[in-house]
Amino acid sequence: MNGAYLQEFGARSGTATADGPEWLEPVRRAAIDRFAASGFPTARDEEWRFTPLAPIAHSTWRQAAGASHAVTRQDLTPFIFGHSEWTTLVFVDGAYSEALSSTAALARGVRVGSLAELLRADGVILQQHLARHAPVESSAFTALSTAFMRDGGFLYVPANTDLKRPVHLVFVSTHEAAGRVTHPRNLIVIERGARASVIESYVTVAEGTSYWTNAVTEIVAGANSWIEHTRIQRESEQAYHVALTHVEQQRDSHYRSFSLAMGGALARHNLHAYLNGENVETLMYGLYLTRGEQVVDNHTAIHHNQPNCRSWEVYKGVLDGRSRAVFNGKVFVKPEAQKTDAKQTNRNLLLSDTAKVDTKPQLEIFADDVKCTHGATVGRLDDVALFYARSRGVPAHKAQLLLTYAFAAEVTSEVVLEPVRDELDRLVRERLGAL
Amino acid sequence: MLEIKGLRASAGGKEILKGIDLTVNAGEVHAVMGPNGSGKSTLAQVLAGHPAYEVTGGQVLYEGEDLLDMDPEVRAQAGVFLAFQYPVEIPGISNAYFLRAAYNEIRKAKGLEEVDSMDFLDLLEDKLRIVEWGPEIMSRAVNSGFSGGEKKRNEILQMAVLEPKLAILDETDSGLDIDALRIVAGGVNALRRPSHATILVTHYQRLLNYIVPDQVHVLSAGRIVKSGRKDLALELEAKGYEWLEQEVGAAS
Repeated sequence: MNGAYLQEFGARSGTATADGPEWLEPVRRAAIDRFAASGFPTARDEEWRFTPLAPIAHSTWRQAAGASHAVTRQDLTPFIFGHSEWTTLVFVDGAYSEALSSTAALARGVRVGSLAELLRADGVILQQHLARHAPVESSAFTALSTAFMRDGGFLYVPANTDLKRPVHLVFVSTHEAAGRVTHPRNLIVIERGARASVIESYVTVAEGTSYWTNAVTEIVAGANSWIEHTRIQRESEQAYHVALTHVEQQRDSHYRSFSLAMGGALARHNLHAYLNGENVETLMYGLYLTRGEQVVDNHTAIHHNQPNCRSWEVYKGVLDGRSRAVFNGKVFVKPEAQKTDAKQTNRNLLLSDTAKVDTKPQLEIFADDVKCTHGATVGRLDDVALFYARSRGVPAHKAQLLLTYAFAAEVTSEVVLEPVRDELDRLVRERLGAL
Repeated sequence: MLEIKGLRASAGGKEILKGIDLTVNAGEVHAVMGPNGSGKSTLAQVLAGHPAYEVTGGQVLYEGEDLLDMDPEVRAQAGVFLAFQYPVEIPGISNAYFLRAAYNEIRKAKGLEEVDSMDFLDLLEDKLRIVEWGPEIMSRAVNSGFSGGEKKRNEILQMAVLEPKLAILDETDSGLDIDALRIVAGGVNALRRPSHATILVTHYQRLLNYIVPDQVHVLSAGRIVKSGRKDLALELEAKGYEWLEQEVGAAS
């Protein structure tokens, strides 16, 4: 199967410049070579042990063509939120649609747009950052992304600038993406002292369609920057979604992530943060809501590379039907990363007897003066809490909904930006059928 | 209003209530006292329908209806309220949200229209005054991170909003400092009506300095062993529960 990717790569090399600048070509070449050497991970690979990749690995996925004509603004209304003055970039089956996007007035020096456009224009920022952070060596999926990437969101906020209005990147899949793959590739560079909120949404206007999204987002957080990054994954429940978010943080930066996963037949999100300066703060919040036969897999890795940093992670899951969730949270503390303060929590609520969770915290600590804790729970709704709600007049089934909603809302409430928090709240209520 | 006849209940196969008889009329306040393990909290929880207890015998009539046959929410909708000894923390939803959900369910059961959040806030204003609280408490998650005293006050606030006909307070006084006790007791007194009744389950006589009961009952080993006027509580305070247990032991 892997030969098909090499063939497709070979076919495009004749028209290489259409895909970007010359310097990128050897980077792409190295990536496809790396993929050719490794192929897709298998169940023997520890990192992918619980992730049933066969549907991806055993099919041939050609890149989707991009089909902006297939989508109207009306079709997108369920996915667009916030204020009209936000910048919303829409990508249909992997390709940027100017007609569906809207760009706000931006502060001086801020650049926002599609990666395809940037690849044509080239430039210093691109050369410095694109494919310079997310390593192709560690993942076949990142390798494929780097080899084939065409488009995605690009955001650059210069030093000491407040983006003010968030940027929302919306990746829409249509029925024309059936059996195809897209490689959304995002590059977000927030320079020192700058402030930004970015939202990524992965959605579909063709529920029931089987396609594959292979997304990679590289985020660079400059010294003393502040970033809120929200990820809303609402793919088709027949689709496959594999994604990497790679975050590089410099000293005194604050990066907070919220990741909602509710779509996909199989959805895997790797969130890797590298704390490369002192006094960095990294907050990772996550919520997965699964049902039917869905498999949702979250792997996070927090690399404490410098002293006096703090990481705080809470992932929660609500599982129904025969769905499965995987949570793997790694915290690495280097010998020099003294005074590290790291806390990780994973809590799972099972709504059915047949749902299943594999949760695994992994702490690798090589410094001695640190505070690192982790905890994981898998359980049902608390009987006493149910009785408490019922004793106040709330009927049993509503009490269950109320407590399930409360379980999820505890983590969505951590989002700072109110319209995003409200949207997450709406999605949670809609999915749970709550009140 | 409430007629308990020969009530028996067990938990985990162990019988705790061994035949309770108690009648409470509208307008009355009854104190149920007794040493630890006597069954007084079990009685409170069985009346509210706690699923951990199995009723093995007897009957409870509430306004002539079989109370034990009702689900906990139906009891609440019919006007029964239990102030929990250990109120449950529900992180993730605000006090206002939870209480409005409860209030509206009870209204719906009565065939009344639900109130929206604005109208509910108006209604809350008066009720908050009863427990000497400002509105900030309503945006905090239900009991989450509340002190022991705050949790008990929150129970009284819920009671004030839901306006039950029969309020059962399960050791609402335990662990309270004197200020919190005064506020809680003040709340209970403010809600006394000729048409309502209250059962105070308590270990200590202290609460009864603030809320004067019409009757005092003493529970021991799952039975009411003595009933009397409010003086009984003072006598208990002076002589201790051992005195009563010896007296009962001698009589039997």
